[in-house]
Amino acid sequence: MTAEDTGRKLSELVSGIYDLIAGGEVPEIMMSSRNRDNIVLDSMTSVWKYGESKVTRSGKTVDGAEYMVKMLYMVDFIKEMLNENKSSTLREMYYISEGWNLGKFSTQDESNLMAEDLEVLSALLREDFKLRPEENGASIIGNITIEEKTRKGEFKKINCKDDVGDGGYSIPYSVENDKLRIKEADADFILAIETGGMFDRLVENGFDDSNRCLLLHLKGQPARSTRRLLKRINEEQNIPVYVFTDGDPWSFRIYASIAYGAIKTAHISDYLAVPTAEFIGVTASDILNYKLPTDVLNDKDVAALNAELKDPRFQSEIWRDEIETMLGIGKKAEQQALAKYGLDYVTSTYLPEKLSQLSGYRW
Amino acid sequence: MPAGKASVSEFREASISEFFEKNRHILGFDSPQKSLFMIVKEALDNSLDACEEHQILPEIWVFMERIEGDEIAVTIEDNGPGIDRKQVPNVFGKLLYGSRFHSFKQSRGQQGIGITAAILYGQITTAKTSGIRTRRAEDDVAYEFDLGINVKENRADIHVEKPVIWDVAHGTRIRITARGKYQVGKQSVLEYIRQSAVANPNASFTLKDPDGKVYEIGRVTEIPSKPARPIKPHPLGLELGDINSMSRNSPAKTVAEFLREDFNRISERVAQEILEAAKVDPAKKPQSLTLPEVKALKEAFLKVRLMPPPTDCLSPLGSEFIRKGLKNVYGENHPSHYAKPVIRPIAVYNGNPFSIEAGLVYGGDLPSDEPVRIVRFANKVPLLYQPGACAITRAVSEMDWRPYGFDQKSGQGVPFGPAIVFIHVYGIRIPFTSESKEAVANVPEIMEEVTLALKALGRGVKSFLGKREKREKIYEKFRLVNTLLPEIGRKSAQILGKDVPDMDAVISKVANVVFITEEFSTNDEGVGVTVKVINYTRKPVSMVVFADPPTGDYDGMDLKWEISDLEPSAEFSGQFFLKGRTPNYPGTNYYFTGIDPVRVQGAEPLPADINTAAVNVMESEEEEA
Repeated sequence: MTAEDTGRKLSELVSGIYDLIAGGEVPEIMMSSRNRDNIVLDSMTSVWKYGESKVTRSGKTVDGAEYMVKMLYMVDFIKEMLNENKSSTLREMYYISEGWNLGKFSTQDESNLMAEDLEVLSALLREDFKLRPEENGASIIGNITIEEKTRKGEFKKINCKDDVGDGGYSIPYSVENDKLRIKEADADFILAIETGGMFDRLVENGFDDSNRCLLLHLKGQPARSTRRLLKRINEEQNIPVYVFTDGDPWSFRIYASIAYGAIKTAHISDYLAVPTAEFIGVTASDILNYKLPTDVLNDKDVAALNAELKDPRFQSEIWRDEIETMLGIGKKAEQQALAKYGLDYVTSTYLPEKLSQLSGYRW
Repeated sequence: MPAGKASVSEFREASISEFFEKNRHILGFDSPQKSLFMIVKEALDNSLDACEEHQILPEIWVFMERIEGDEIAVTIEDNGPGIDRKQVPNVFGKLLYGSRFHSFKQSRGQQGIGITAAILYGQITTAKTSGIRTRRAEDDVAYEFDLGINVKENRADIHVEKPVIWDVAHGTRIRITARGKYQVGKQSVLEYIRQSAVANPNASFTLKDPDGKVYEIGRVTEIPSKPARPIKPHPLGLELGDINSMSRNSPAKTVAEFLREDFNRISERVAQEILEAAKVDPAKKPQSLTLPEVKALKEAFLKVRLMPPPTDCLSPLGSEFIRKGLKNVYGENHPSHYAKPVIRPIAVYNGNPFSIEAGLVYGGDLPSDEPVRIVRFANKVPLLYQPGACAITRAVSEMDWRPYGFDQKSGQGVPFGPAIVFIHVYGIRIPFTSESKEAVANVPEIMEEVTLALKALGRGVKSFLGKREKREKIYEKFRLVNTLLPEIGRKSAQILGKDVPDMDAVISKVANVVFITEEFSTNDEGVGVTVKVINYTRKPVSMVVFADPPTGDYDGMDLKWEISDLEPSAEFSGQFFLKGRTPNYPGTNYYFTGIDPVRVQGAEPLPADINTAAVNVMESEEEEA
């Protein structure tokens, strides 16, 4: 999307408000409601998107009017960046909003949410708005060759096995073609790993070599660019994605955001989600079958599991079994709990066993 | 020599002083911390009582000085009436001596035990004498005494007595050296003085603690305290022994005269009825009444119709003192609300008149996540010890505070909220749980009255919170139409490069009311207020607006504005000035007539009794239905 197109789409949005006022009507904005109850499975793409339910922000209420003022200030700021060909991080914009008087945000979460709302309202991406997240340090290692556009504007070829250190190739915040091209890959699957400790263990044990795979460090709940890169490798190189996380409710959500689409970004699930991604573990059953060392579920964990039971994305039989099993035993386990049986156990026993049990279907 | 006989010879009469020496905890001298507090309390209470009796505005100084180890010299000086030098040995050296011991009236003190006990405590713990200096207005010089107490004979041992030059018109200074421990906190000398200042806004207090730190609380009103009037005892407030000893000491010639003259509410006719009911000869000398006859009299008191005791004999602090006292001491918390003090009508318990008055401070810097602070007073004296045993605390804890905007678990216990509750129980013979008079006994009549006072305070808080919430809502709405909506119009026009659209239609759709609001600015001379009336409806309006400012000091202008045909979106403004400093201007109440109330925000319809609202009436809350 060009800067002109983006600017025009944002102006249309503002005109919607202006025209209502000029016509003597109370201004309002209507958009998809962005909560758990309004995500539905899109049968065409097999990912979860926002449904039909809408929310209206009305100038009749203080909250609605404040929302519109803040949105207008953000639009103004974005248009200014478009004109001047600049960009900023989400965090920078939050600090800049300090000077917006009535349009000032009280937390960065609030300004981030507003940027997402603008995406939903304009059907654009925040990259179009010249807004970017902080680098989050997710990385990939294995036999895949990419070309990345450097600061000098040239594309540089990088093999993510031979040209990088043990930390792997650091995934940039934008992984679109104008920044990153995937040249070739020689791998049977990508293993997406939640924690740095487990990523390092698999690298040290040479798991990518011995099992012809790519290892990707998600770094907790994966950033958009990490999910986007997973999706591109999956689609362009036809390599299946397997997700390996801790065994707790929050890790289940990491898998869900990769395989089904996240609630907050359901408007771009098409673009981010990998509907064929499979879950390796750690599952509640693993905790029992492998007799893993555990921690007791705290109140927040239990609440999160109960929320997942109501989440439309977790309604399959296998998820219900797993969630109810975890609630039943009242325990959770980390990936690294597998070290109980020795440092090589995860690569020599656990992963081979789990990989052999994969069904070929998403949970 | 047989053992039994030897021990008999050791029996002898113990004096009251001797008894105290061995049982000092009974009067409150049970720890070094508390003893220091007791010394200050006894002297302070005496000073305030004496000043009240002589209509003097009290000035009180308390100085503490560390002598060595845990010996502390406490000096309490007042500007009271002074004491006749001949009375000094009795007042300070004899237990159970005092001007109050035989009278039947509301007073602060311990009935002649307190200050002597303090001197005796000093003597026991340090073997040092105490110094007294006193001067009456009519004396040419002051007199200074150095005295101890002869515990065996319950009298003062005067070591030194000499006239001295003292550059004050009148006053008394006591210096007691005692073993003690100075502390700060809820049960400390400082807290006692602070709370005394709440009940005595016409007094000034200065405290210098043993570390040399000085605290001063100034006088905030020049009105002397109203003294209580001594009354004769009401028949129903007396025990058998009381009546018996009254009969022995009466100057009356006959029993009929004794009943008439020595009791309250016994007329000639009532005396006759009593004597008939008791079957006692009216002509008999009261001194020769037998105990069965006294008992018959006591029973007869219950059979006749007696008027309740008179109520003008009590001395409340009154609304103004409570308000000023609370503000003087707790103003440092910048409370957002001082509840209107509640003064209950006089009630009677066992023939003893008593009453309750109460005040409350709310909001400001007071913590909202802590229990409400309860400051308890009995006969103008702060009660710092034994809160748990006290009827006042119990009444607070047993009441459900939740309907009044406080947090309280399951409607029991001391509620949580940003408030200080002031409760004063006053009367003749307040029932205490023990001789140290630290907690009011759980008498049902008192509990009930305290509860009614608390409910009245609670209603005040609720109404304050309600008004505040309403004001906030109106302010929010005002911000919406006056600031936010215009900003949406302005900003969207700026982004699109178009003209700022006319907002009137939108604003009247959102508001569709007439707004009444005010702006104010404060300077040294007072508060300048601008009242604004803005018509957000789509038709012209006419109305009359009245202002009822919080302070009575207007600059002569009529606070009433007649507004006719105010066009849609037009604004009317009127000014007035409130003289005098109102540092926390709480806002003016506005009223209106001549327009449908549903079309107005920010003011109330004019009540019928607007002009009587300012009259200060004594509040007597009715029981809740």
